[in-house]
Order: sequence, then structure tokens, then C-alpha cells
Amino acid sequence: MGRTSSTKEDAGALFHSLRSAYAATPVNLKIIDLYVGFAIFTALIQVVYMAMVGSFPFNSFLSGVLSCVGTAVLAGKSNFLSPLFAKDLPPERAFADFVLCNLVLHLVIMNFLG
Amino acid sequence: MAAPETSTAAVPTLYTNNTLRNAFGGVLSFFILLLIGVMAFSIRLFSVIKYESVIHEFDPYFNYRVTQFLAKNGIYEFWNWFDDRTWYPLGRVIGGTVYPGLTLTAGTIWWLLNSLNIPLSVETVCVFTAPIFSAFASWATYLLTKEVKGTGAGLTAAALLAMVPSYISRSVAGSYDNEAVAIFALIFTFYLYIKTLNTGSLFYATLNSIAYFYMVCSWGGYTFIINLIPMHVLLCIVTGRFSSRLYIAYAPLVVLGTLLAALVPVVGFNAVMTSEHFASFLVFIIIHVVAFVYYIKGILSPKMFKVAVTLVVSVGLAVCCAVIAVLIALVASSPTKGWSGRSLSLLDPTYASKYIPIIASVSEHQPPTWPSYFMDINVLAFLVPAGIIACFLPLSDASSFVVLYIATSVYFSGVMVRLMLVLAPAACITSGIALSQAFDVFTGSIKFQLTGASSNTEVDAAETSSSTAESQTDAVKTEKPEETAKNRPSRKSKKKEREHGEKPSTEAKAEKKRLLALPLESSVHCVWAAAEAYSAPSIVLTSRSHDGLHVFDDFREAYAWLRHNTDVDDKVASWWDYGYQTTAMANRTVIVDNNTWNNTHIATVGTAMSSPERAAWEIFHSLDVKYVLVVFGGLVGYPSDDINKFLWMVRIGGGVFPHIKEPDYLVSSLC
Repeated sequence: MGRTSSTKEDAGALFHSLRSAYAATPVNLKIIDLYVGFAIFTALIQVVYMAMVGSFPFNSFLSGVLSCVGTAVLAGKSNFLSPLFAKDLPPERAFADFVLCNLVLHLVIMNFLG
Repeated sequence: MAAPETSTAAVPTLYTNNTLRNAFGGVLSFFILLLIGVMAFSIRLFSVIKYESVIHEFDPYFNYRVTQFLAKNGIYEFWNWFDDRTWYPLGRVIGGTVYPGLTLTAGTIWWLLNSLNIPLSVETVCVFTAPIFSAFASWATYLLTKEVKGTGAGLTAAALLAMVPSYISRSVAGSYDNEAVAIFALIFTFYLYIKTLNTGSLFYATLNSIAYFYMVCSWGGYTFIINLIPMHVLLCIVTGRFSSRLYIAYAPLVVLGTLLAALVPVVGFNAVMTSEHFASFLVFIIIHVVAFVYYIKGILSPKMFKVAVTLVVSVGLAVCCAVIAVLIALVASSPTKGWSGRSLSLLDPTYASKYIPIIASVSEHQPPTWPSYFMDINVLAFLVPAGIIACFLPLSDASSFVVLYIATSVYFSGVMVRLMLVLAPAACITSGIALSQAFDVFTGSIKFQLTGASSNTEVDAAETSSSTAESQTDAVKTEKPEETAKNRPSRKSKKKEREHGEKPSTEAKAEKKRLLALPLESSVHCVWAAAEAYSAPSIVLTSRSHDGLHVFDDFREAYAWLRHNTDVDDKVASWWDYGYQTTAMANRTVIVDNNTWNNTHIATVGTAMSSPERAAWEIFHSLDVKYVLVVFGGLVGYPSDDINKFLWMVRIGGGVFPHIKEPDYLVSSLC
């Protein structure tokens, strides 16, 4: 009994500290987090829709889901990895790379969408 | 230590001027790479010189026919092509079942050259595609090894790849098969992966995905890449080398790579549904979990982190078990566990002989013998372990990848002779690293001897130029250390050597000479192998007898006879080996060909070949066959004719039609 209440306390303390630590991140990164969350949410909606309606045409489903996942990955990486980010690339170069990768991703998706 | 400007030589004070030295080294590397490319191209031209510029073997004829169609009709017709001249009466959807990389590459080269008013025929372009791409492959090997260990290792590995017989065997001029471009795509994809890993730039990640797309277009062996890279990511995570560069190298590749792989019609939805790709998705999830854990670790205090761990472990474990149970149920419900037949036969070498006799019957799918290792990669076979050790000092992400690559490719080459081709680049990279490191050690000791010597700038210049070269293909350079030995006035004290930990100079030179002998002898062997063993076009046979050289052009004469003496719509039945050549050269409809996608159809032909005449006539009549092509080698002693293959016809036919039993066709030992 004592153990469960202590784990509950621990869980509560954990969430509290997580929340406070997250509130300390800069606003820019929080906006990117929102964007990543939105992309993943869109992907989930597509999966649910496919479960309801059936998977034909499969290629459109795939391209839709993967586009969401792809943008999430590309955008989220800078925030996600902030503790370990190797800052050896100038930010302009990093942004240009990001734009290029997104361009290629969306080109492929348009082609695959059917 | 600095040498003063008292030199009378044409070369100025190289030893002190680093930028000039680097520039000189750069120019030298460029010319060496050019020479390596020329060597890679020319060593593959033996068959063109000895016979003629002709397409070899069986599979290349199909690729040649497809390229002809592409050149004549354009790309839209190519994608939508339904071929009704093979697998009669079933036909074959070419656009959806062929790996288009090779044909599109050759078609593009042909179109480009023709639009520049260089009127090469399609056949010439097809014949010479493989040597050109092998030159590109050796340059890609240079780039890859440079990322792992530096320029010297890169040049050595490139020179070795240009010559290695295993690669020559599948890329001679005339061997117009998928591996010709696929090996280049493989090495180039690995190079871009390592480059992304080293720099952490999304630009190289994008290029990596595009190179992977080219590999998927070219060869079914792309599953090797999409399983090796996740394995390496897992290895890095487990050994504590997780970093943002690893994430950037892997995650975009999975997303973009899967999408691009699904774009290729022959792969299609297999990119997400077959077990060959599941490893990449699993590691995709794992790397996100690991990144999340690192993130949480970074923003929490250690005590809170421990709490988080206990909480997550207890809750997450239950969820994980449920998900894994569902996944296992899904995968186990299919009889092959989701793997294709060919992949299964790689994982379980006995699978093919038990269940799929067609895969077992192909001679390239047999396990290799020990001598074939020494024939195919020659001296690299014992340089590879040295290279593996050199990769560990020091261990970086890139060198751990090389170790993983060589380990897996050695295993797979042991399963199938054909996969020695995948072993060849790995062996060249590791051997290049080993040789280059060894040369570094010996050159270091020689150089160290000379820094304490008198200010003889000629000596220094010669020494540094030979240390920047590091190449065995240029024998002139290695004579300079011998000259410097004679010029050297006095011996330096051993103390400084021991600080450096090197050998005394004469020993180093002797070792260097011995080391140099290795690749020189190997190159003699490689040229011999290329000229004698791997240059036979198998469509033209030669033999020497007491009255000179006989050339047997029987295959082409037979196809020409068919072409001139039969109607365009006549059907020709033969064993599946000759299907591609018959459609390409004789232009007649065949019943089965080398694609072997329909086992029952092949078994029908096999049954017809094994049955008595009346029964065989019934079967062939039902298939509208008018001519039967049989190869008989008894007159000249040609060993791989249809009599040799007859038992396979029996086995394959018997696999589908039970009234064909193999013991009926064997002589009993009693009579």
C-alpha cells in the first residue's frame, strides 16, 4: 500500500518536473513541437480513416501517411535532439538542407499520390 | 627541423609549405584516380578483343531486348509494355516486373550520345555500359574509403576494386546485367550514408535517399542495403554512439527511401509489406524511442529520471508485449513468414533445395568452394582480417560500418556464389585500409629517419611525394626511397625512433618492398583471370586443336535459322535457359524463359521433355508449339548441354506432376 502511494507521488513529481523543464525551452522550439504534433495528428487521422473506409487506393494512403511522418521527422529533429546537437553546421546551411529535403519529399509524394 | 631554401632541385621546399604539399597531393590523387578509372575500363575489354563486341550469356539478352524496345518506342511505351512473345500463352508484364535501372541508364546514355550526333548503336552502348560503371564504382570506393580512413586508403581501395576478379566476372564488356550498375549504386549509397554520418548534413541525407532509389531501380539486392543500415544504426545505439548525426543519417532515409522504393513498379507495396523491410521500420521506432529517452534524460534531474524509467518500464513493457504478440501473429500467419523465396534461401541455405528446386538448380546459387575465394578475391582474402583490425584503431562510426559490412557479406557470400560480388567491395575497402596503414607505418619510420639527417631537400621532397602517393600502381615512386637510402649520410640515433615506435629504416624498406609485392602479384593474377576465365561470351565457343583455332558459333546460327526459316508467329519450346536468347536473337515466341516466375509452366515443359514421344507431342500441341529447340553438346564435348540439365527437367517436372519420378530415369545399380 505504501508502495503504490509512493509511486503515485513519484509519478506526480515526475510529471511536475517534466512540465517545468519543458516550459523552460525557448518559444521557437515549442512552435516546432506544435508543428510536429500536428503532422503526427494528421497521420493518425489518416490511419483511422483507412481503418474505417478500407485501404484502396493503397498508394495514396501510403503517400499521405509517409508525408506526415516525413515532415514530422524533418522538422522535429532539431528540437528533439537539442541536448546532443552537434553545432558544426551553420544555421543557414542547415535550413537550406531542410528545404531541399522537404522539396524532394513532396515531389516524390506528389508522384506517388496517383 | 625546417629545411632551408638551399635546394637546387626543381621542386621547392615542399616539406615546410603545407598548402603546396596538399595541392600537389591533390593533383597527384586526381591523376591516380584517372589512371584507376582507365585501368578499370580496359581490364574488362578482353572479350571484345578476343572475340567481338557481343552481348554475353543469357540474362543480358533480355536486358538488351528491353533496351532496344525502349530506344525504339520511348519511355511511356516501356512502362506500359505487355510482352506477348514470352511465356506463351500467359505473356509477361515487362513494365511491372523488370528492374528498370540498367535499361534506363543505358537508354539515357544512348539517347544522349545520339542527340550529340555520336551515332553509337544500342548494342555498343549496352556492351560498354558495364566497364564504364565499374570505373565509376572504383571512384565511389575511393570516396567511401576516404570517408573512413583517409586519402591513402581510398586510393588503395579504388585500385583494388578496379582489378578484383569477382567484380570483373560480372562486369566485363558485354555482360549487360543488373550488377553492372548495381554495384556502383551500392557503393555510392554507402558512401553517402557514411558522409551523412560524418557531417550530419541533411543535404547528404537527401542525396543518400536518391542514391538508394537508384539502387532499388537497379537490383533486387537492394534489400541488403535496407537491412545493413538498420543493423549498423542498432549497433551504434547499443555501443553508445547515438548522436544527432546518426538520427539525421537514418530517419530521413527510411521515410524517403520507403517512398522512393514504393515508386518502382517491381517493388511497389512490397516496400511496406514484406519482411525484408521490417527491420528498417523496427529500427526507425527504436531510434525514436532512444532519442526520446536522451531528450528526457537531458531535461530531467537524475533522480527524476530514475523514477521515469521505473514508471515507463512497468507500463511500457505490458504495452510492448501486446503489440509484439499481435505482430508475431500477423507474421506467423503467412507460411513463409513474410519473406520471399529468394531471401529465405539466403537465410536458410537448405530451404531452396527442399522447397523450390528452380532456385536450387541455378548454378550461381550454389555455395562457393574454397578455391573460388582465392580465385575471386585473391590476395584480399588474407588482407581483410588485417583491415578489420585496422578499423578498430580507432573505432569510429564509419569504420564500425565497414566491419559490419564485411562480416555480413562474408556470410552471404558463403551461401551463394553469386553474392561474392557483394563481398568484393567490402574486401577491397578493408584491404585498402590495411595496406595503407601498413605503408603509413613504414613510411613514417623512413621519414622520421630523414628528418634528423642533413638538410638534403631533394631527399625530403622525394620522400614526401612518395608518402602522399601511397599507390602501388605507380612503381616509379617506390624507387625513390631506395635512392634516398643511398643519399642518407648517417644513421639517426635509435632513441627518437623508439619514441615514434618505428622500425629501423632498412627493415622498413624491406617490409615495404615485400608489401608491395603482394598487390603486384595480385594484379598479375587479376589480369590473367580477366583474360582467361571471365571473358568468355558463352554464346561463341572456341577450342584449340591440332589444326588451329575452331570457333563455334552454333548458338547464333541456330537462332538465325529460326529467324529466317520460320513464321513470325511460330512458337518455339526449349528449356528455360534459352528463352531470353531466342526472343532476342531469333525473335520468336517462347514458352518459358529465364525469368522463371511461373513454376508450373516450367514444370509443364519439363514434363514434356521427360515423357515419351506421344505424351510429349500432346503437351506441346496443347501449347501451340511448332518447333522444339534442344542443345546437344556430344559432338564437340560441350559440357553444359540439355543432356546435362536433363535431371533438373525431371526434378522440376516431378515437383508439380507426380507421375514423373526421378528414380525412373536413373540406371539401377543392379543391372
